[in-house]
Order: sequence, then C-alpha cells, then structure tokens
Amino acid sequence: MNDLLAVWLTVRLAAVSTALLLVVGTPLAWWLARTRSRLKGSVGAMVALPLVLPPTVLGFYLLVLMGPSGPVGALTQSLGLGVLPFTFAGLVIGSVIYSLPFVVQPLQAAFEAVGERPVEVAATLRAGPWDRFFTVVVPLARPGFVGAVVLGFAHTVGEFGVVLMIGGNIPGATQVLSVTLYDHVEALEYAQAHWLAAGMLLFSFLVLLAVYGRRQSMLARI
Amino acid sequence: MSGLHAQLQLRHGSFRLDAEVAAPPRGITALFGASGAGKTTILRCIAGLTRASEGRIVLDGECWQDSATGHFVPPHARACGYVFQEASLFPHLSVRGNLEYAWKRAPRTARTIDLAAAIDMLGLAPLLERSPDGLSGGERQRVAIARALLASPRLLLMDEPLASLDASRKGEILYHVERLRDELNIPIVYVSHAIDEVTRLADTMVVISEGQTVAAGSVPELSARLDLRPHLGRFEAGAVLEATVAEQDLAYGLTRLRFDGGALYAPDVDALIGERLRVRIRARDVSLALSAPRDASFLNVLPATVSAIGEAKGASLDVAVAVGATTIVARITRKSVDALALAPGKPVFALVKSVAIDRHSVGYS
Repeated sequence: MNDLLAVWLTVRLAAVSTALLLVVGTPLAWWLARTRSRLKGSVGAMVALPLVLPPTVLGFYLLVLMGPSGPVGALTQSLGLGVLPFTFAGLVIGSVIYSLPFVVQPLQAAFEAVGERPVEVAATLRAGPWDRFFTVVVPLARPGFVGAVVLGFAHTVGEFGVVLMIGGNIPGATQVLSVTLYDHVEALEYAQAHWLAAGMLLFSFLVLLAVYGRRQSMLARI
Repeated sequence: MSGLHAQLQLRHGSFRLDAEVAAPPRGITALFGASGAGKTTILRCIAGLTRASEGRIVLDGECWQDSATGHFVPPHARACGYVFQEASLFPHLSVRGNLEYAWKRAPRTARTIDLAAAIDMLGLAPLLERSPDGLSGGERQRVAIARALLASPRLLLMDEPLASLDASRKGEILYHVERLRDELNIPIVYVSHAIDEVTRLADTMVVISEGQTVAAGSVPELSARLDLRPHLGRFEAGAVLEATVAEQDLAYGLTRLRFDGGALYAPDVDALIGERLRVRIRARDVSLALSAPRDASFLNVLPATVSAIGEAKGASLDVAVAVGATTIVARITRKSVDALALAPGKPVFALVKSVAIDRHSVGYS
C-alpha cells in the first residue's frame, strides 16, 4: 500500500515540479540565450551547479536555509506558512532547484537555435513582444520544450539525496519512490524492491526511448 | 512633410554611421554602396530593429525616432514592411500561414491590401498550402514580399532581395519589384550593390560609402557625375538617360530613341512608339572623335561638348560629355586624351557602340 502511495506522490511531485520548472526555467533560459550581460556566465554556472554537486550537499544547504533558523525559514514563518522541510512544498522547491539545469539547458539551446531573425521578422509584421514569443519562438523551440519537460519530469522522479535531506520519509507526504526502494532494501524486502526498481528501470528506458526516438525521426525527416 | 526623412548616427566598434536618407512618397529610392558600407544598418535603424544612438526618423510627418527627446517607436508599432536578404519565412507555418500572420496583425482600419490581392499580385495561388522548406529561392522571396505587403506598411524596406538568387530567379523578382513600384502608393527603400538593378528600378538614389551619405539625387543625374565614379563601380560604370521611343525601323530591326539632346538607334527594342524607357550607356562602349567618321560602323554619332575629365586610373580615364541637356560618359585612354587634346568646352563626337535598355523603368505616367 505504501508503495502505491509513494508512486502516486512521486508522480504528483514530478508533475508539479515540472510545471513550476517551465514557469521559472523559460524566462531564465530566454534571458541566458539572448543576453549580452556580464552576468551571463555566473548565472549559467549557478543554474548548472546541480549537475555536478552531490545532491546531499544541495539538500543540506536547503535544509539550513528553509529550517526554523534559516532566512527562508524565518520568512515563511513570519508569513504564517510554518517551515518547509518535511513538507510536500519543501520537496517541490528542492526538486525545482535540483532539476533546473535539465529544463533550462535544452530550452536555452532551443532558443539559441531559433536565433534573432524570426523574432525580428515578426516585429516588422507588427507582432508585439509577447505575441512574438508565443507565436514564433515557442513553436520553433518546440523540440526544446519537449526535451525539457521529459528530462525535468524524469529527473525529479529519480531524485533521492535531496529528498532524504529535506523531506525525510513520511508516508503520503514526503516518502517518494526512491526512498521507499531504499527502505525495502534496508529491510531486506528484495521482492518488493524488485518491483519498484524494475518499474523505474522500465520507466527511464521508455522516457529515453521517447526522446531519442523523436530525435531519430526528426533527423529522418531532414 | 511627406515621404521618409531619416538622419542617423551610430557607432559600432570602429564602424561609424552618419547618414541621411530621404525618400519621396512614391517610387523606389536605392541605397547604393559597396558591401559593408552600412546600407543594411540604415534599413535596420529605419525599421527600429537597431536603435541609432543619435538621429531622427520621420515618415509622412509621423516621428518614429527623435533622439533629442528620447522618442523611440518600437519596430512592431511602425507601419514599416521589411523584406530581408534571405526570405526568412516562418518554417512552422505554411505559405498561407505566413501570409495570414501579417494580415491578422495589420490594423483593420489601416489595411491597404487584402489577402487575395497580394496572392494574385505575386502569383502565389499554387503555393499556398506548401511548406517554406519545399519552395525555391525565388518563390520564397515572392512569399516574403507578399507577407511584408500584407502588414499594410506605409514604407517598404527591401534589403538586397535578389542577392541570394541565381540569374533567372533575379529576373522573376525584378519584374515583381517593378510592379510594386508602379502600383504601390508608398515609398520603397531598396538596398543594392548592383548598379544595373539600381538603374533599372530606382528613380532616386542615395550613395553610401563607409557609413556616410556621399550623394543623393536622381539616378540619371548621379550616374553622369565623374566624382562618384569610385563609388559607382568601375566596370559597370555608365550614364543613364531617359528616352522616348520615336520610331521602329522594322526592316533593320532598329529603334530610334529620342532623348533630351539627340537621338540614338538601338537594336531589337520591344516597345511601343511613345513609350518611355531608361537607357544605360556604359562608359566603355563610348569612344570620342574630333570629327564625325563617315566610313565607320557606328550608328550613333552624337555631337557633344566635353564637360569634365575624370581622374586617371592606370591607363584609362572617364570623360563626361554633354549631348544637349544630357551627359554621357566615355572611358578612353590617357594617351587618347592627350592626342585629341581634350579639355572641358572642346566640341567632340561621341561614338556609341551599344546601349542597354532598362525597360519601363520610368513608369507609364
């Protein structure tokens, strides 16, 4: 029963995080693709940090920041929201930061590939900035969006270290699939561990198949 | 003030733009100059895609930029069509989708052309459902022109629309550009570095060199100025004159063209009597003589007066001669100038070997 609960929680967490990642990641990727600011390098490096950082390091700092004596914790407490660690909301924030590069980088690459020209053409055809973005940039960057959603979702499903640090192991609230799997192994429940592990393996393979299969068919069309 | 008036200043690294461009309310104004002279930058500033650091842009009394007051109208709020060098169609839309994109965004009250008229004008009916990927270069450029028109601009900017096309496609697009010139009631600014395109299409021209406006005026007037020779290109250099078809000699296949100051014979001109044509005479096709030769094959022997002698470049130089009110240019050797003792005011005969007709370029009015 706990296993199904964990699967459902994981799917919800990944869905909510992916939606938030698109909201946060799209403007960030757009800015990174177009800016000539000197900050581009350092912002790009910050976004990429979760790629190389051990998830436990990220989780540790998030725990400290969002905890009762951290600055974010103080803020959420003064707003009457309590503290975020060991809540679903806390997990979402952790996941968004952890998966950010997996959404920003494909989007940034796609925006760079679109280039300035189509946007300029749209401007001379009387399309305003928002109009240009949604009618020209988004359709032209569609492969980037598909890649970003798939990778953001899959990466959030697979996270472990950050969750363990800031979420703990509360069934139905923060106990996600990867943590449940770990519990089964700890308890030597290998049969149940197999179900979850094999399920994850299959899911990951299908996701990658979707991404690479798409790329193949796109290449075939060219 | 009607028409376009633009004064632009811009610095970009070591490149400095300081140009002034005016275009009358109708017809084509050519921005002519070598590659890298700043022609495209000028167009981009007029469209608002690049912001000139100093300057003033006014179209028909409406100010688009005035750096003195900080006024700057963003590109999407300027009624300005832009045809880029590469057609730059939206690849995610069909030809029809590309056209409708512009049409939907033109304010209803400002619409000057409808979809059917634009499709008809550029012959796009068979292409409508196609994807831009499957079109030839010429077809793409035709769609791009129709799309620019459907935004119902009050100014049309064209940035070397022929540059990426092969010779036969060029002819096809040239024909369409001529129709635009004759049928649209808006100024067209046309960037080119090919003098034959300019003499065929444009009524007025602005010569740009290294970011500066060198000269501006009518095409026949500027083409006869020897001081502009370095900017107009050496090989193709020649004078442009406007002529009327006076007589068709069907027996010999010759056409007599009357111009202000004399008449010329040209072979195989497919035009009606009374039609006005633009005629280009290349400097290398003109020789000078002190007396009219009686036993030479030249058909066109025009009494003329030397008006100016250009600077020598190597063995040859250009000599401008006045034939009545019209100036034509001859390229001859320095040795001949000395042998004939040519000097301004000296009467001579201009022997014209051949003429090129840039047909219909004066319009039908």
